[in-house]
Amino acid sequence: MAKTLFDKIWDKHSVKEIDGGITILYIDKHLIHEVTSPQAFSGIENRGIPIFRPKQIVATADHNVPTINQHLPIKDELGKLQVDKLIENCKNHNIELYGLGHKYQGIVHVIGPELGITQPGMTIVCGDSHTSTHGAFGCIAFGIGTSEVEMVFATQCVMQSKPKTMRINVDGKLEEGVLSKDIVLYILSQISASGATGYAIEFAGSTICNLSMEARMTICNMSIEMGARCGLIAPDETTFEYIKGRQFAPANEAWKASLAKWKTLYSDVDSIFDKEIFIDAKDIMPMITYGTNPGMAMAINANIPTVESFDENDKAGFIKSLAYMGLQERQKILGQKIDYVFIGSCTNSRIEDLRLVANFVKGKKKSNNVEVWIVPGSKQVEQQAIEEGIDKIFIDAGFQLRQPGCSACLGMNEDKIPAGKYCISTSNRNFEGRQGAGARTLLASPLTAAVAAITGYVKDVREL
Amino acid sequence: MQAIKTIQSTFVPLNIENVDTDQIIPARFLKGTTKDGFGKNLFRDWRYTNDDEQKPKANFVLNQTQYNGKILVAGKNFGCGSSREHAAWAISDAGFKVVISSFFADIFKSNALNNGLLPITVSENFLKEIFEQTNNATLTVDLEKQTICIDEIKKLETFEINSYKKTCLLNGYDDIDYLLGLKSEIEAFEKQYM
Ligand code: SF4
Repeated sequence: MAKTLFDKIWDKHSVKEIDGGITILYIDKHLIHEVTSPQAFSGIENRGIPIFRPKQIVATADHNVPTINQHLPIKDELGKLQVDKLIENCKNHNIELYGLGHKYQGIVHVIGPELGITQPGMTIVCGDSHTSTHGAFGCIAFGIGTSEVEMVFATQCVMQSKPKTMRINVDGKLEEGVLSKDIVLYILSQISASGATGYAIEFAGSTICNLSMEARMTICNMSIEMGARCGLIAPDETTFEYIKGRQFAPANEAWKASLAKWKTLYSDVDSIFDKEIFIDAKDIMPMITYGTNPGMAMAINANIPTVESFDENDKAGFIKSLAYMGLQERQKILGQKIDYVFIGSCTNSRIEDLRLVANFVKGKKKSNNVEVWIVPGSKQVEQQAIEEGIDKIFIDAGFQLRQPGCSACLGMNEDKIPAGKYCISTSNRNFEGRQGAGARTLLASPLTAAVAAITGYVKDVREL
Repeated sequence: MQAIKTIQSTFVPLNIENVDTDQIIPARFLKGTTKDGFGKNLFRDWRYTNDDEQKPKANFVLNQTQYNGKILVAGKNFGCGSSREHAAWAISDAGFKVVISSFFADIFKSNALNNGLLPITVSENFLKEIFEQTNNATLTVDLEKQTICIDEIKKLETFEINSYKKTCLLNGYDDIDYLLGLKSEIEAFEKQYM
């Protein structure tokens, strides 16, 4: 019978199915970080059981680490406690940790792929919803809660009901100035922030196939913003080329064997999806969000919708969110003055993102009314930026080049946007208070963010 | 985990849609290394003015004494966003046993179930009728029968719950106990799989 890519991977990892259609799903790789793991470690310690497969776990410190002076002790006491606990837990349980100061440290979803830990056909979990990022390699990768982190510690398995499948096909050539971030924001604007709840999404079509691995990761990263359990893309030559030669990628004979397996990872021609969506690439413009969930996105030159255009049930939410954002219905967002620019997060902090920004910024100076934070996704990205001289371009432009971590994506460390200020952010969530209490977030591509950094306003890159 | 069978209680109506876990518990309060104490920061930024003054905002339901009980009722797509289980811990820690909405985000739902907090999905209409009740109205949840009733108007609806999860909640079991019992099967699986 014809099978989807998702089904192929799922079935291969199903240990057994139990009552109520729940699958005991075997997990290949478990990524952990300081914020969602301490209670899981205490959990297994209280039960007096060991970690079942410590070699299949990789840890890093990213969520609440400072992004300046990482060599100094962490000032925030509670933050320090979490990071210290992670070090202690990993030591006690023999888990590989790429902590602060390690050359591989970085945002968990940036380091997995760049180290070659993430490989096609795997099941990957992490106590973080953007684990969906790894799906770009043709994996089933999803975020789990701390109780499930504990389950994986104890048994290397989780219990999951099988999601339905959805395929989103994007075909055609992208317009100038449109990046993969715009593709995913466009999809969100079409299907809403809950449009894929209960589904695993496969992204397909010629537009997706032509994207680089880093661009694909941006799309899978935000599948969770549509409510999806995970998002994945069938691996192809671009994928294999990316993985080859990386630190933990298979080599020699093992490489050949892996490649043979990976080449079977695609949805069979006749496979049936529970839902299928078709998108024409030429309909996608540079995008921006105006509201407080990522589904509230629109073309950068569009007007904010009117209250009237919403269903009765959705009106109140729309009004509340515009009030929070200090914006009006019908208003254009073009020309909106910006206070902060944040280029970072597991959505857009990889070397291609930094190159693209540097390319635009080279020889220019930032606008006086903005503060610009560039936070590379990992130590390796930071190192490469230095080798390519990108760091100098940023510093000459007046940007602050910080050290790797989640930073202002979630405002857990001191990198917070002050209340009432507007921030163009390359991250994935514009929820109320996400970047700091009262902060107003506009999600956009790294290019649109770079334009705002130089001009101080929301501007359409195509009109420069 | 504490067992749940039936619960009759007044409820707190949070008539807002798309409540994300960043609202339920903002990231800056996730720095604990145990599961306790998150309740005091539940809906922190909706409940209090800024961090230094911490003045309760009078117009927020959790600050209005006429609303209380073990049941939280919220608009659709509750618990979207971050996978932080701290959201479920905060709601439980604040004394809730049941959350009702017309739609739950996936991860929140499983996090809630793993912590003995029962998420009940009701129809849009039923949700509307709950919100129309006055503040002394009570709801009765019967997990065994999978029913929820608006007592005042004797309106009853059945709800879905996974049969395995139901057994766990009724008995106060958790998944890890169950999975640990499968260890030899998991090891056998690994052998054929590797
Ligand atoms: S960068 Fe943001 S979204 Fe990504 S893992 Fe960190 S906090 Fe989560």
